[in-house]
Amino acid sequence: MYLFGYRLPGMSSLILWGALWELIGQAKITFFIPPLSKVLSTLYEVLGTSAFQNALKETAYAFCFGVFYAVVIGITVGILMGKNRLIDELLLPWVNVFLSAPLTALVPVLMVLFGFGMKSIIITTSLFAVWIIILNTRAGVKQINRSLVEMATSFGATPLKAFVKIYFWAALPEILGGVRIGIIRAVKGVIIGQLLISIVGFGALFELYSANFLMSHFWAVLIVLFALAFSISEFLAYLERRVSYYATKR
Amino acid sequence: MSQIKNSDEDVQNMEKPIAVSVQNISKNYEDVEALKNMSLNFPKGELTSLLGPSGCGKTTLLKIIAGLLEPSSGSVSVNGRQVTGPGADRAFVFQDFALMPWASVLQNVSFGLEMRGMNKNERESIAQNYIEEVGLQGFENSFPHELSGGMRQRVGLARALAVDADVLLMDEPFSAVDEQTRRKFQEDLLQLVANKNKTFIFVTHSIEEAVYVSDQIAILLPRPSRVSEIIRPSNFRAKGVDAIRRDPEYLDIVDNIWNSLRSYVE
Amino acid sequence: MQNRALILKLFSAFALCLTWEIAGRVPVSYAFPTFFESMSALAEMTADGRLFDAYAETLRPLIIGISISAFVGVIVGLWVGLSPLFDWLFSPIFIVMQAAPLAALIPLLVLAYGIGLTSKVIVVCIMAMPVIVLSTSGAVKNTPESLKEMGESFLASRLSVISRIILPAASPVIFAGLRLGVSAGFIGAILAELKITPTGVGDIITYSRSIADYPSMYAAIFSIIVLSVLFLNLLDKVEIILFKGNQRGYVSD
Repeated sequence: MYLFGYRLPGMSSLILWGALWELIGQAKITFFIPPLSKVLSTLYEVLGTSAFQNALKETAYAFCFGVFYAVVIGITVGILMGKNRLIDELLLPWVNVFLSAPLTALVPVLMVLFGFGMKSIIITTSLFAVWIIILNTRAGVKQINRSLVEMATSFGATPLKAFVKIYFWAALPEILGGVRIGIIRAVKGVIIGQLLISIVGFGALFELYSANFLMSHFWAVLIVLFALAFSISEFLAYLERRVSYYATKR
Repeated sequence: MSQIKNSDEDVQNMEKPIAVSVQNISKNYEDVEALKNMSLNFPKGELTSLLGPSGCGKTTLLKIIAGLLEPSSGSVSVNGRQVTGPGADRAFVFQDFALMPWASVLQNVSFGLEMRGMNKNERESIAQNYIEEVGLQGFENSFPHELSGGMRQRVGLARALAVDADVLLMDEPFSAVDEQTRRKFQEDLLQLVANKNKTFIFVTHSIEEAVYVSDQIAILLPRPSRVSEIIRPSNFRAKGVDAIRRDPEYLDIVDNIWNSLRSYVE
Repeated sequence: MQNRALILKLFSAFALCLTWEIAGRVPVSYAFPTFFESMSALAEMTADGRLFDAYAETLRPLIIGISISAFVGVIVGLWVGLSPLFDWLFSPIFIVMQAAPLAALIPLLVLAYGIGLTSKVIVVCIMAMPVIVLSTSGAVKNTPESLKEMGESFLASRLSVISRIILPAASPVIFAGLRLGVSAGFIGAILAELKITPTGVGDIITYSRSIADYPSMYAAIFSIIVLSVLFLNLLDKVEIILFKGNQRGYVSD
């Protein structure tokens, strides 16, 4: 998009939207939207509070473990499915079902089976992320060029060497793509988990602020959350780009 | 015996009516001069090739004639009328076939007619004719992904023929098919040019192909793009499709062209 | 070949039910009923009409929300894909919305719009629209150049190029986006019910849980999952009907 001949950077319209937010807030159009400036100053305050930092710690804890399990299980199952036809045919329908099913519906089950605490949230997070990781890993493994496999064998590579030196890298762009989407889903999962189970982390904070009508605080924490989710996603996109130079030429 | 002439000769222009006239066309992309002051005439009813190494602007020129690109300066006229955009008098055959993958062969071939507002029955029966003419009868309801590369290009050709334009513009139409199919296409093209009263403008980077199919070859050189020669092979085509590739004149012309182009290959 | 796939599917479904049954009998947990217990609870709920009433409640915001999201989403996506100005203005919003956990907005929506149909529809929409818009705009922007040129060269009007070339060419990706949008919308609908008001199926789940009627709870959850699978299969069928040629992808050398 060009203005007066200068190319505008990609996300720069957010500045415009920010300005709009400020205007709406200043005009006091609705109680629910305070001016951006107020939100930002509250943000600065809130960041230092122990309530926020605890929430962040709890959320980060659940998120990291959840993602860890999802990645480990997801990649393993994905590889198995990519390589073994029987396993693939048995599991694929289920993976597809759970990929698009409203996993939120399963949260009550988790609450009932695993209680109201961190365990349930971690499992929720993993559940949200794992299916897409499985699918993308499987796709990455399946599309490994036959010639690469034959080449590896013809040069006498052992299965382990072949995996480490060739198959892993051949499948990596696809796997990274899956992990990126999985992580975004994991962020949603950890928040949804907290909203429903609701006594830890940001879920608790949101309840607190909304119950007390602390709108600026609410939006401040929301912005932090959004910004975190967005940065993680961009970081992974960056990693993906680093490996994608060879991805298209597969 | 060969009749190699240099450009700027008006002799050939006065002999034959001109279908397409390109005058002082320039095309700039930011700071790249793709075409500079190019002028060229395309005689009616003949097949003229634009031949040259990559980067010489031949596809750019073709698209300007088609009205798909706007020149930075200069003008093109077709049958006396100036070109301001795509028109019913020209039809384009694409290098990558440009078929609609979600539509059947019949729907693809009738697309041009559909865009002109023809009703379904009429355009489908016309399309049917041309599908048979290019040898695809029986495949009317097939989809592009079910066809081989050669068959797909025949669909593209049928589509271009169906609109009955005066000028047929072909952008390296045979470069995306295998060698054997390509040879067959070249032979079929000769027949097509002989049977139809249309003007063909044919872009290629294959010297043999250009000499084989053309009535006139315009050699384009890059940086800056210019017409370096115009060659008119004499009528060895009358000797039959199989004899052409061994005809001494054919071989001479091919050699001469290669010698002059050799230094431009990167 | 066909049969093998079907047989394996049935077999794995059977295996799953068997595992469920066994796990329930072990029992894995006091709160884990067996397959049969859950199925009979399901049958009961269907028979006495509770299930249908519940779904009538649940499906309303879902269907309204998804219809709005699909309709508006594809149009906005089209617009964003075709106009550099709109792309610059709106893409960042949708990109942020997609990466962010929008579920966090639910408490706010409840504050602003109460606990009725409106807020539930809004929840479905904000969950479903970003991915639909972004898929559509991405597909539109990636329409193969030569197809568009082909359209122009055959004198198609701008409107024809959009409706006869860009949209069909984009349709596989648009449908992929719709699939994701529908499942996100589903998540939104269930979330809204579990969180905002006890109505519909969400209510059955919460209520059964509170009175420890686990078979009913699991039955309800099972039915939701089955429904979402059916819904998405329906979407696939729609795509096949509308765009028969989509089944094998693109023609380029």
